[in-house]
Amino acid sequence: MAVNDTLEGTRKIVEEAEVQRPNLHPLAPSVNDFNQELTTLNLGPTHPATHGIFQNILQMDGERIISGVPTIGYIHRAFEKIAERRPFYQITPLTDRMNYCSSPINNMGWHMTVEKLLGVEVPKRAQYMRVILMELARISDHLICNGILGVDTGAFTGFLYLMDEREKIYEIYEEVSGARLTTNMGRVGGMERDFTDVAIQKLRAWLKTFPAVMSEFEKMFNRNRIFMDRVVDVGAISAERALNYGFTGPNLRAAGVDYDVRVMNPYSSYQDFEFEIPVGTKGDTYDRFMVRNEEIWQSLRIINQALENLPEGPYHADAPHYYLPPKQAVYKNMEALIYHFKIVMGEIEAPVGEVYHSVEGGNGELGFYLVSDGGRTPYRLHFRRPCFIYYQAYTEMVTGQTLSDAIVTLSSMNVIAGELDA
Amino acid sequence: MADQNESPAAQEAAAAQDPATQKNAQLLALLHRLFGEDTFTDVEEPYGLLTATTTRERIHDIIAGLQQDQELQVNFLTTMCGMHFPDKEGQELGMVYHLHSLVHNVRLRLKIFFPISDPVVPTMTDLYSTANWMEREAYDFFGIQFPGHPNLIRILNVEDMDYHPMRKEYALEDGTREDKTDLFFGR
Repeated sequence: MAVNDTLEGTRKIVEEAEVQRPNLHPLAPSVNDFNQELTTLNLGPTHPATHGIFQNILQMDGERIISGVPTIGYIHRAFEKIAERRPFYQITPLTDRMNYCSSPINNMGWHMTVEKLLGVEVPKRAQYMRVILMELARISDHLICNGILGVDTGAFTGFLYLMDEREKIYEIYEEVSGARLTTNMGRVGGMERDFTDVAIQKLRAWLKTFPAVMSEFEKMFNRNRIFMDRVVDVGAISAERALNYGFTGPNLRAAGVDYDVRVMNPYSSYQDFEFEIPVGTKGDTYDRFMVRNEEIWQSLRIINQALENLPEGPYHADAPHYYLPPKQAVYKNMEALIYHFKIVMGEIEAPVGEVYHSVEGGNGELGFYLVSDGGRTPYRLHFRRPCFIYYQAYTEMVTGQTLSDAIVTLSSMNVIAGELDA
Repeated sequence: MADQNESPAAQEAAAAQDPATQKNAQLLALLHRLFGEDTFTDVEEPYGLLTATTTRERIHDIIAGLQQDQELQVNFLTTMCGMHFPDKEGQELGMVYHLHSLVHNVRLRLKIFFPISDPVVPTMTDLYSTANWMEREAYDFFGIQFPGHPNLIRILNVEDMDYHPMRKEYALEDGTREDKTDLFFGR
């Protein structure tokens, strides 16, 4: 090919592109250009930029994605089947392993589902403690998501700042429950122990220092030209499509729908707190990022309110049939021993019935549909996993975008493989 | 301050119970008006969520009708999942649909049951994009067929699996083992 031809061809492409696609890079090949040869690109299953094990087989036209076929299920562990053989309290560790970035929310959601079935009223103090832990979990979930989004756009610094803060949240978890990642926190009927003084101290200290770090992170990203160029208008979805796809959580709110389970169907005393639901307008990656940032501030507000107004009183319900007695009592007290034995062996009496309970998880409406036939285990347990439901829209969201856009879209959607595959 | 807040909040929660039942009654009236009273059986409200059983012949019309309805705008498919009751002769398999009106905040649970020898259910993918993977999951777990589904293949389990593992006849443990009797756990 002569040099002139090439130059002329290039010039022609640039001219056409400027007329038809003013926002795209002039040399970006058009989606409809059939002269281009398509490339099949295997993104995943273990690509470092997918942050989890899922595969997308993409048809690429140069840099642009023509179509994609997602494959999921790489870490499917059949939780719904396993749950059919486990007593209620043994299902909590399964929920840990769904969205492992915010396990306390999953734990509490499950406890509340069982409490709803059993008709157990949880005391106010336990509800407030749960709110504090769930909001900490939401913050740590959002910190990961936004930090990783920074990494995917090439900014490692913010991620390290936020990881440091997540570490402090995990230390609070550790003080409360003894575990860090898969927390198995709380019990059916309340919390397993009261907040220790150290836990309160750590929480207060973190509440003092965290806002400055978060502000710095926001300063680094929110109006950063390079960052905005990478994320504005990338992976957008309209509110209508998002609803049709069953989006919930920050992803739906970024598209402009103010659906939040905490407000719509308040649980665990969320009606007592004052907070706002941030919404976006376009549903693009930038909006998702901004919505998550703002939700972190709102979660901080809730934690502060809950901590200031933390009621005195018991930290668990007076429900000896369902709530494990203190260990000392088991050694001395006959009834405590009997209840301990019955609960551990899963001999508690559950009513026949079906219950659906949902909580606002880190990335959307996390629902538990529990069918009980009165036996020791659920007859059927279905998890409504927000990731599983909204990840189907991914192909639609990235079609026509470049590969690097697909990566930031994926990470801004906060798809957690454990929850996706359950 | 906490003590002062407690009683009004509790009262509010108690008062909120009432509108919920009203909304359920409104929704049930709407269902009856749009689709006829005979369409729904076993109408109940377990834990405040309106639940009705219908037939698989009507389910698509009902969900489409609710989606288009301007009054209550039940246009959000929260989730759907399969069920298996081996003892119910002729109605072994079921599908459960959880619908939600985000505008009026009222939820609805619809169920259908059908024989395991003929596990065919109309697809909802033409109404809700989100039904795509949910139906693939129901197919994967229970072997329920959805004619009209664009891509009805297994989703979480491997392609070459030759059974549907959430059916009750597949015990979680290996059924051929005799050293592990299942006196205490399992069904």
